[in-house]
Amino acid sequence: MSLLWLRFALGCYFVGLVYAFVALTRTSDLFSRIALHAATIGMVFHFVSLAELFLSGQIVWASVHNSESLLAFLSMSFFLVIYAIYKTTSPGVVVFPVVFFLTFVAALDEQPVLLTQFVSHKGWLIAHIMLIFTGYAALLVSFGASLLYLLQERRLKAKKSTSLIAFLPALEVIDQIGYRSLLLGFPFMTLGLITGSVVAITAPSIGRVDFLDPKILLSVLMWAVYMVMVFTRWNSGWRGRRAAFLATFAFVAALAAWAANYFSAMHRFGTS
Amino acid sequence: MRYQLIGLNHKSAPLEVRERLAIPESRLPDTCRGLTAYPGIEEGMVISTCNRVEIVTHTVNGHADLRGFLHDHFHLDASAVDAHLYEFREKDAVRHIFRVASSLDSMVVGEAQILGQVKEAYATARAVGAVRGQLDQLFSRAFAVAKRVRSETAVGTSSVSIASVAVELAKKIFGSLQGKKVFIVGAGKMSELAARHLLAHGCASIFVANRTYDRAIGLAQKFDGQAIKFEDLYTTCDRADIVITSTGAPHAIFRREHGEQFLARRKNRPMFFIDIAVPRDVSPEMGKLDGIFAYDIDDLQQAVSSHVADRRKEAERAEAIIAGEVEKFEARISTLDVVPTIVSLQDHLETIRQAEIDRVRGRMGQLTPEQEMAVEALTRGIINKVMHTPITTLKTAAKESEATTVVDVVRRLFNLQVKGKEAQLEQASKKDEPTKKAEVGTRQ
Repeated sequence: MSLLWLRFALGCYFVGLVYAFVALTRTSDLFSRIALHAATIGMVFHFVSLAELFLSGQIVWASVHNSESLLAFLSMSFFLVIYAIYKTTSPGVVVFPVVFFLTFVAALDEQPVLLTQFVSHKGWLIAHIMLIFTGYAALLVSFGASLLYLLQERRLKAKKSTSLIAFLPALEVIDQIGYRSLLLGFPFMTLGLITGSVVAITAPSIGRVDFLDPKILLSVLMWAVYMVMVFTRWNSGWRGRRAAFLATFAFVAALAAWAANYFSAMHRFGTS
Repeated sequence: MRYQLIGLNHKSAPLEVRERLAIPESRLPDTCRGLTAYPGIEEGMVISTCNRVEIVTHTVNGHADLRGFLHDHFHLDASAVDAHLYEFREKDAVRHIFRVASSLDSMVVGEAQILGQVKEAYATARAVGAVRGQLDQLFSRAFAVAKRVRSETAVGTSSVSIASVAVELAKKIFGSLQGKKVFIVGAGKMSELAARHLLAHGCASIFVANRTYDRAIGLAQKFDGQAIKFEDLYTTCDRADIVITSTGAPHAIFRREHGEQFLARRKNRPMFFIDIAVPRDVSPEMGKLDGIFAYDIDDLQQAVSSHVADRRKEAERAEAIIAGEVEKFEARISTLDVVPTIVSLQDHLETIRQAEIDRVRGRMGQLTPEQEMAVEALTRGIINKVMHTPITTLKTAAKESEATTVVDVVRRLFNLQVKGKEAQLEQASKKDEPTKKAEVGTRQ
């Protein structure tokens, strides 16, 4: 059942995906409103899907697909919060495709829930997942904002008022969206990593913790870049090209840390 | 629809000619009165702005000598202005007025001022009684059309002057201009104007630097700002978010190294340079820095002209709206045109009926109430049956262009008196009411 709701949500997000591509070439108020509504309806389905998973009583989100679904949901929530504050749907240009992709993968099939051995650390585990995913979602939005910042900067520097990407909000608004998500995401990411480490070290069933595990290395790397981003921004106001470069780096590191789920020994979903 | 219009505008006449016809505001009421007193003119109104002089009238027969009025009133030599005048009648006059009110006929298409000017002209003419039913109808519709054009198309949304383009760009960079600081380098008319625009959009404070310190102080006082010594320019400039520069310096005064300093001190918060100096005050190298947005006079000009092109596209949509509105207006007005005829036709026949009944009553002797009613019903019935076709024909004709001909024929056939202007106007302004009355009349 949960999968069915998720597929409904996927249908709604598809509208958002189309919007993301159309928005790059033309501005349409009507279409951005449609995309916004579709996204909201999609989130309702998505929420039902997640709630059903949760109520099934198992440790949820302990399969790759379920966690992807959760991450997509959190990213969408971020998008809506930004919309509520800044009244702009433009971050959707980056957020929608990623959310669609995540939901698409998650909606492919149902995976058996395998992390039953963590029952003793259920609270820690849920905290770890929620924290780190909120961090991921914030990072995604921040990454999207830095790309949009670059676009808008180019456009202003080109000095030609083309109707292309005219939908973008003012440069400082994009900057604020990016910076605030960054600031918000950082503590979540940090706490997420800490709780993860606690689970890894104290859970008896997991065995010896290998700190050279690619998942751990990549996570630390991502966190380090994240910290550099926050620091350079706070200290010398880095934005534009340099900030986008860092954000891309952090995002790629995050993706890699994520992808490491498939080959790392740490998160042995689907293998044990 | 006996509207008639004569006028000239920035396209048809050079400034010298427009000047000669321009009517000062104080003399507008007199001109309006003179207009209505002129033979053949029922109602009249004058729109006089720096770009146009238009005389709009509703005439008795659609062929008033408006040129004659102009010559007389302005004591003009016909040869001097006639070549620049345009004249519109009926539908074309309606279209022209709709276009003027919607700012499609303006020098800067979409500028909002013209609607206000037309409204004022209308109020003036109305106050002296020169505008009544017919022009009232025309102009209230014109204002509604202008509103529609404004809300349904983007004509008038993009700004055109350099100063407002600067404001728009600043908004693209900073979002809200609330609390942003402006630095004027080199006091000049244009930079003053740009600063005024920026302040009007929320900018907080102004610094002024000028080679002559006294002028800086003078300008700063105007804006309640702060004068800065020119030597301190580089150390204070980074305090401003927007810099308007227009010095007469022969070379760039803002170079790359200055930009780098500013950005370092500002922690890379962006800066917007509006460079209206020729030669330029901001070196192109500095404009390449991340976080420095420098627009020179050509860039601004280009932004202005691209807006103009956008407007042209929107103007086409606006023209379509107006074409539709002209059709609708024409249809409504012509329906109103036949209503007085229908009413007077009914009155005419009713008088005949009453007279005939009175005439034979003596011969019929005493009638019972039932018989009385029967006679009433009989005579009314005959009249209504006979009238039915002519009235239907009139109503149908109203919707087509032949209305005036049919109205003429009916009036002549029945020898109907043309009612006084006042009564007609009154009926016209009651709009649908007379139609209803007419229908009730035929059904009885």
